[in-house]
Amino acid sequence: MSMINYASREINCKLVYYGPGLGGKTTNLEHVYNKVAPASRGKMISLATETERTLFFDFLPVDLGTIRGFKVKFHLYTVPGQVYYNASRKLILKGVDGVVFVADSQIERMDANIEAMQNLYENMTQHGYDVTKIPFAIQYNKRDLPNAAPIPELQTALNPGWPVTDPSKQRVTPDPYHDSEYLVRQEDGQWVERAPYFEAVALTGEGVFDTLKAISKNVVKTLG
Amino acid sequence: MSGASSWSFREDDSRRIQSILSAFLGESNARTALIVDRTGQMVSTAGETPAFDATAFASLTAADFSANDQLARMLGENEFGALFHQGERESMYLADIARRVILVVLFDNRTTLGLVKLRVKTAVVQLNQVFTDMFNRDGTSAPGVESEFLGEAEDEIDKLFGS
Repeated sequence: MSMINYASREINCKLVYYGPGLGGKTTNLEHVYNKVAPASRGKMISLATETERTLFFDFLPVDLGTIRGFKVKFHLYTVPGQVYYNASRKLILKGVDGVVFVADSQIERMDANIEAMQNLYENMTQHGYDVTKIPFAIQYNKRDLPNAAPIPELQTALNPGWPVTDPSKQRVTPDPYHDSEYLVRQEDGQWVERAPYFEAVALTGEGVFDTLKAISKNVVKTLG
Repeated sequence: MSGASSWSFREDDSRRIQSILSAFLGESNARTALIVDRTGQMVSTAGETPAFDATAFASLTAADFSANDQLARMLGENEFGALFHQGERESMYLADIARRVILVVLFDNRTTLGLVKLRVKTAVVQLNQVFTDMFNRDGTSAPGVESEFLGEAEDEIDKLFGS
């Protein structure tokens, strides 16, 4: 629910990084914080435990500048990934404009990824939102690790697609980020849509801005 | 609408809110009044300009209020309609407005909690009306952004996040 403030000529959009614990959500924000020009970003706030595990959320405001007379800002949030922090995780989703699911590619973390994805769908539903109808991207993090699961396996488990019922959206849509892949297409006579996905190594920053660029462009499109 | 409903905040809304907040500040002797949206965005400020990072303050206020909302439910309450945080010199009082935004009052020892609580009641009633009108209006007449906006925004995103 991006808020357009005509009095202060501001548009604020809320992006939430979701996913299993220790998957790299905070690392994504830290990389953005370190690489974006200081004039374009605010202070990063981390409500974390003494062992640097996210307790409530991390928050980083990024200023896109003035466009057509409006100051456009993205507010980047992470949620705590650990299962037992669900109450605070759910709160952060309030008013979300776009979701990035940061998956841990390690094969051992497959169950944790699936559990976090189900939890995302449940928490969105409880807020009355539908994750398949808002800007949504999946980032497969830790691609550099030797035990990283192959992308097709991760896609099958975490991004199997959802049925497209709106006839105006039932058209073949190539995935702009991957050759010969599709975001919307017919499979066994059914129209299916998948979230765009990105490979990343958040620790080195690889893929971090590709993900952020894609999700923020999709969020901006919803303002029109 | 699949996400939460969008809403817009116009200049005439801002004027109505400013006049309510200014009157309240005058009567209560509080320093600053802020309106923060429940998603963590600053909507409006009145009185002394705060020295802190207002964006960060807004996100923490919303989180604070939401967390307390959940605590209230655990106790079998619908909500805590108001919260009070007391410091040695600076204190803050938070009140729910129309279940969508939060009024935050910052005050010091030039006034008392009692006076702030007394005066805030009128302001809350008036603000509830303004925001209820605003939310009821939206979806019918809220103008979107100009069509050129999208292309320019995409260019800025490429510049800021690297192309």
